[in-house]
Amino acid sequence: MSIDSSSAALDPLSSAGAARRGGPTIELAADRTVQPLRHIAVVRVTHWIMAAGVLGLIVSGGGILISHPRLYWGETGAVGTPSLIDLPLPFIIGPSVWNRPIHFFFAWMLVLSALTYVAAGIATRHLRKDLLPAKADLNWKNIAGVISSHLRWKRTSADEAWTYNVVQRLTYLIVVFVLFPGVLYTGLAMSFGVSSVFPIMATALGGFQSARTLHFVFVSLLVIFFIVHMAMLVLVGFWSHVRAMITGYVPKGRNAP
Amino acid sequence: MSNLLTRRALVTAGLTVAAGATGVGAAGRYNLIPPDYGGVFGIGETLTYSAQRLLTSGHSMAREFQRSDISKAPVVNGPAPKDEAFRALAAGGFKDWRLQVEGLIARPVSFSLDELRRLPMESHIVLHACEQGWSYIAEWTGVRLSSVLEMVQPRPEARYIVFMPFANPRQTTGEVRVQWDSIDMADALHPQTLLAYGMNGEVLPADFGAPLRLRMSRQLGYKNTKYLSRMIVTDRMDLYRKGDGTWYGGI
Repeated sequence: MSIDSSSAALDPLSSAGAARRGGPTIELAADRTVQPLRHIAVVRVTHWIMAAGVLGLIVSGGGILISHPRLYWGETGAVGTPSLIDLPLPFIIGPSVWNRPIHFFFAWMLVLSALTYVAAGIATRHLRKDLLPAKADLNWKNIAGVISSHLRWKRTSADEAWTYNVVQRLTYLIVVFVLFPGVLYTGLAMSFGVSSVFPIMATALGGFQSARTLHFVFVSLLVIFFIVHMAMLVLVGFWSHVRAMITGYVPKGRNAP
Repeated sequence: MSNLLTRRALVTAGLTVAAGATGVGAAGRYNLIPPDYGGVFGIGETLTYSAQRLLTSGHSMAREFQRSDISKAPVVNGPAPKDEAFRALAAGGFKDWRLQVEGLIARPVSFSLDELRRLPMESHIVLHACEQGWSYIAEWTGVRLSSVLEMVQPRPEARYIVFMPFANPRQTTGEVRVQWDSIDMADALHPQTLLAYGMNGEVLPADFGAPLRLRMSRQLGYKNTKYLSRMIVTDRMDLYRKGDGTWYGGI
């Protein structure tokens, strides 16, 4: 079932190549056409579990944060000591208590699904094929070009939509390999059980309160990613993309996701 | 390709379920299941508790600090007990106070403050963090809980120590209740777990849990029950605390 046997010159790492390889439809026989798969099953399943995990973590994390919406640096910090950031939020004591079990439920959900995603992404070459940018694409001119066309809300071409552009690739790699590990590391560094085994995890950051502040910074970056991710979805067609991430296929008669 | 993936996914799922079932069996045997394992969110509690108990099984030690690190103004969290019995004891400098110890031990005993002070004393300068987010560093002085347990001889089936405080008002609503809690034997026997009667070189102040409080350095602040009056050694998992939230506070 070699779909792209005809196109010998395709470079699997190049955006253009991947776009052509997975064109909107491929003729297998004269009488029928087969829709190519946009997202493999493991990517689709882990995508939604990770999405649920991130949302649950942000909501329950907000419930914990609001009981003390001040951030500090070092080991100690409390009302009456100098703070780093005073978030414009009211102090509401109470929700932090019942949000904590919820937070850890979603934390395990995210950690386990993200690990599955990375392991499967390596095994299926998804990370290499779909996310690793081509060397040729990795230059500032190219990156700036993609960003500027997006800032001008230019619709992407059907061809480009069958693959990820260099900015998307870099963004997804940063989310998976920088923001997720960062938020996990800073979360673990706050844990008294974990820091009793690996004290360096807390001290390397400057202390318990530094870990808490950095946890908030990583979450803020994830929230920014989430907002841009949603804005881009709306720009390129919300339902067709959501459907492709559920069924794996692009709805017929539409532009590719 | 998608067929292959589906088959692989099925096999993986089957293996995961089998491994999970074996894991749960083993976890029960090695005391890796927390009492709040029930319900959807109990899944997270169980994973956190068992992962941390495996990780900390080598008697890991909480970070300790220098005397110069001690916070100038430690946070007072919640009002002291207001009931008559407690006030009367406090007025007398807790001379008539006794810590009752009962449950799965040879016979019920009690200790006066002086009797506890005569036991081997030690101090630890550690970080105290509230689950709300604030933290301070203080020096706590007391007797190791393990020393007291050694004296009362818990039976082999003992799994938890329950700490009963005097009734005190809730921080948020003012409702008066006995906010009792429990810990497992791993933390009960830990060398940094104290029954503390001193703080920052002085007698434990009323605001911080006088006359005696629990001080565990590998768990969050809320697990360190203040104003102790009774300690129960138990193997029961069904009654483990009064209060909401996560039972295991090593998070």
